[in-house]
Amino acid sequence: MKNGRGKLRDDLLVGLGFALMLAALYMALIYAPTEKYAGAVQRIFYFHVPLAWVGFLAFLVVFVGSILYLWKRSVIWDAIAWASAEVGVVFTSLVLITGSIWAKAAWGIWWTWDARLTATLVLWFVYVAYLMVRGYAREESQGARFSAVLGIAGFINVPIVALAINLWRTQHPTALIFEGGLAPTMLVALLVCVAAFTVLYILLVRHATSLKILESDIENIKNLRLE
Amino acid sequence: MNETGAGSGAWAIEVEGLGKSFGSHRALTGICLKVGRGEHVTVFGPNGAGKTSLIKILSTLMKPSAGTVCLDGSDISKVPSEVRRKIGLVAHQTFLYDDLTVYENLKFYGKMYDVPNLEEQIHNVVRWVRLEARLHDRVGTLSRGMQQRISIARAVIHNPSIVLLDEPEVGLDPHAIVMVREVLDSLSAGERTVVMTTHNLEQGIEMSDRVVILYKGRIVYQEHKDRIDIATFRETYDRYTESAK
Amino acid sequence: MSRMYARVFAIFWKDVLSEIRTKEIVTAVLVFALLVLVIFNFAFDPASGTTARIAPGILWVAFTFAGILGLNRVFAIEKENSSLAGLRLCPVDRMVIFWGKLAGSFTFMLVIAAVITPIFLVLFNLPLFLPRLALIIVLATLGFTSVGTLFSALAMNIRARDIMLPILFLPLVVPVIIGAVETTACVLAGGPWSDMLTWLEIMIAFDIIYLVVATLMFEFVIEE
Repeated sequence: MKNGRGKLRDDLLVGLGFALMLAALYMALIYAPTEKYAGAVQRIFYFHVPLAWVGFLAFLVVFVGSILYLWKRSVIWDAIAWASAEVGVVFTSLVLITGSIWAKAAWGIWWTWDARLTATLVLWFVYVAYLMVRGYAREESQGARFSAVLGIAGFINVPIVALAINLWRTQHPTALIFEGGLAPTMLVALLVCVAAFTVLYILLVRHATSLKILESDIENIKNLRLE
Repeated sequence: MNETGAGSGAWAIEVEGLGKSFGSHRALTGICLKVGRGEHVTVFGPNGAGKTSLIKILSTLMKPSAGTVCLDGSDISKVPSEVRRKIGLVAHQTFLYDDLTVYENLKFYGKMYDVPNLEEQIHNVVRWVRLEARLHDRVGTLSRGMQQRISIARAVIHNPSIVLLDEPEVGLDPHAIVMVREVLDSLSAGERTVVMTTHNLEQGIEMSDRVVILYKGRIVYQEHKDRIDIATFRETYDRYTESAK
Repeated sequence: MSRMYARVFAIFWKDVLSEIRTKEIVTAVLVFALLVLVIFNFAFDPASGTTARIAPGILWVAFTFAGILGLNRVFAIEKENSSLAGLRLCPVDRMVIFWGKLAGSFTFMLVIAAVITPIFLVLFNLPLFLPRLALIIVLATLGFTSVGTLFSALAMNIRARDIMLPILFLPLVVPVIIGAVETTACVLAGGPWSDMLTWLEIMIAFDIIYLVVATLMFEFVIEE
């Protein structure tokens, strides 16, 4: 399945990811200055934000993969969408956990029904359901079809949920990040972290996808032998 | 085969290289079958041979994983609506609504098929399956055998040129089988093309022009009825499917 | 085109006929919804002063849970004798089947709402004549049933279907639930139209988007 060039590309990606991750750790923990008011705990922000970005990217990929699967019916698109949903759920879980830790330090509470937290939680439920549909499907192609439907219907929901919940309430530190409130060194550190986590995401999805394709190949080969 | 990939139209049913797999399980492999207009083909096979999958694909309920199926020259994957009009299907399940009367059920399906002179047609098919007396009874109150006869009436309400029967006698008591068989006999007497699956050898042969044995998703044997008798066919059937045991 | 409507109506009408005979969906769901209203009464003791604040939430939680129960039944009727296969055999566009089923569940839900809402208003000593509430119920029900019909058909074919429908359905209808609660609160408090306009817009947008999405996706959840 994997030719020499693909292997080389993989190695390069692993190397790049490793280097970026080391740089990200250095930038987030040492290079970036300690925030005046929040203190050291603010550094979780360098992981929280990239995780959230990658989680969203993952669900976008699920959306695109689902459309392409229903259109072309090629197993590869389904495998990509599925792999991306798995990684997305893990990353979103981490977003919720790091967000909780930060909230405890910043606001003194673990959880608050703030707009973005709530929207993220709703999103998390949609993609947990996506993975459950796969588990409960009666056969593989049915699971692929059904979860693709959810991958599309669920992603379209994102802007509506975000809008509705935003109107409902908001207390997230938006301004801090986007209105120049961030020191330039902090911004550089954040960008390096985002890059590192994006490469990590690509690596994970590549591997999970090829694993799924190999699994289905093995099943097919087993079956050929049985005949 | 012409260059568009559709069938020539000389056959009622034309199946080429048909395959169906469920994940890693292969239900059908390399099925090729041509059925002439008005012909009655019976497909025999043990449980799990792929009979139901074959019928489901022929009736457009299921998409094949490989190969093509043409009904009256049109590819079922390209013009399903047009094709669906030509098919009537009788399966083990009746597709009827228990809480509606026989009449309401037939009227519903008739409307879905845009049947002209629907009232008259309903009375025709009900008379044909000899259940006029039960026309306004709820389907749920009828016996299993009667329900199956209504199901046959439902399958032909739109006068399809091709009728597919998937083990129409499964789950019926002997008396009901006699009644259903009568209806099936008159069904194949007309100019309709019929494909039926069964594992009842005697009856299957009697009614058919041609027999096919399906085993482990492949066609392992086919022959015209004139060239076989029941004894040798039973032997043949056992020989081809023996390895199952 | 008119043929298409005739077929949508045929599907709708056979569901209505069955329901009139059995009264399975409406009765069961109605009793359930009323029970939820009563149970909430114990859970939140709506003493004077707090009623207006919590009543909208109670109404919509009762309605949402009842809706899930009803939606679960909508495709059960097609499962009984595999009649969904019979429908799929018909030479009609798959969206005709969706619209027919949607029309049925929409109607059943509206009937349920028409009964429980007045009872709710009486139980909580609220004014009875609230035309704006009727509009909210219609918009929310349309959103619920367009998402619900799609996922009811999907859940019918997988294992653990009773539990999977709410898991699929609830996260998606969050915007409708919030919108319905906020607008109902506004109506009960006698607030002006302008206060609920944005929410009505969100609900209308949701309805339109999910009518289109579910119509397009439906064929993928019923194929085999």
